[in-house]
Amino acid sequence: MRDPSNRNPETGAFFSRDRLWHPPGLTPGYKTSVLRSPQKTLLSLDGTLSEITGPVFGHSILGERDNDLIHNFARSGESAIGERIIVHGRVLDERARPVPGALLEFWQANAGGRYRHKKESYLAPLDPNFGGCGRTITDADGCYALRTIKPGPYPWPNGVNDWRPAHIHFSVFGHGFAQRLITQMYFEGDPMIWKCPIVQTIPDRAAVEQLVAALDWANTIPMDARAYKFDIVLRGRRSTLFENRMEGN
Amino acid sequence: MVQPLGYLKESPSQTAGPYVHIGLTPNVAGIHGVYDSDLGATMVNDRTRGRRITITGRVLDGTGTPLKDALLEIWQADAAGLYNSPSELRGSADPDFSGWGRCATDGVTGEYRFETIKPGRVPFRDGRPMAPHISVWIVARGINLGLNTRLYFSDEEAANAEDPVLASIEHRIRVPTLIAAGDGDHYRFDIHLQGEKETVFFDI
Repeated sequence: MRDPSNRNPETGAFFSRDRLWHPPGLTPGYKTSVLRSPQKTLLSLDGTLSEITGPVFGHSILGERDNDLIHNFARSGESAIGERIIVHGRVLDERARPVPGALLEFWQANAGGRYRHKKESYLAPLDPNFGGCGRTITDADGCYALRTIKPGPYPWPNGVNDWRPAHIHFSVFGHGFAQRLITQMYFEGDPMIWKCPIVQTIPDRAAVEQLVAALDWANTIPMDARAYKFDIVLRGRRSTLFENRMEGN
Repeated sequence: MVQPLGYLKESPSQTAGPYVHIGLTPNVAGIHGVYDSDLGATMVNDRTRGRRITITGRVLDGTGTPLKDALLEIWQADAAGLYNSPSELRGSADPDFSGWGRCATDGVTGEYRFETIKPGRVPFRDGRPMAPHISVWIVARGINLGLNTRLYFSDEEAANAEDPVLASIEHRIRVPTLIAAGDGDHYRFDIHLQGEKETVFFDI
């Protein structure tokens, strides 16, 4: 499938990842990371075709209500309970260019902080009209939007009294497999953000703030739903001005 | 002062958490009716060209315990060595092969399974052929930033011996961590996150 923006296909390698900006593997405050983090150094690999290519998903995979979590699991005529919100924003690359055709998948707990998952045992009840998953694809300008209810905070077994801030998980596909990213969106003004061991895996406060969606009053729909704006930045591509040893290809 | 470069910073990663299946494989998580099928569950159809193979394995933590809540994605070329991607400029890949698959490890056994085809060879940056390989991406609770590795094939000894990426591994004792063991059309690839048998992971 061709790039929906009609730009030439992108073939450059990606900007190297700033691993001092991302959380490191070993973050003992988040206990599970201790046995699940590599101890040896990563082997650096400048992008080959295997890394700079990636699947691109067409809008044809989407159902009509895939980006409406208030209704996509609800019984006919009913809707999920909770604070109705719209989350919207743009997917950009590090060169501040829009990423059209990016697949976004998101998942979250319900208004009471309960996930619909068999391994979840939190005593807050399930909402029979809320599944908690959705997806969408960015348009030609890199824009996306979803409708949902604001998730509740929930306790988790890490420290004896650790609670996650309200958050929505985002999985993002750009145009190259090396851009693959999973992150979490937090909500402006939530005091829980700064107490969370998972948030604290990120070393730099400015990096944490990049994950905090702002209340977007201008886009709030009166008598319906408030809006939050959450932009996502994927790795940029190097210009292919002077590729190494092109004569060998 | 100098001119500002004006680049943005990549959004920082966070763990996928224990309930990643709700979002990425909801039908596996028991959430039915939202999507007809889970993305990446099927890579091939009846018309796909190439040799059918299955790949199974586990992801093990630093104590050797399998992760029952990990999620893997694979990305690979078709049988002719072409990627089904807009960034593939060398030709058109097999339209009956997605090249991309997604699988959660089993909640009881920790096993994952992909049904795919053996990929063809793809050129390295300088044009030398790489050995047949599959790119693998792993996320899970406790993994703060997705881990990248590669799967190579035990029955490609000659190609593996001249592969530029395998050749860049200084500690040769670690090369076998990237080689899936073949038995007919079935390959076994265990991923060790940590410890003596630690798999080689890449900063790609």
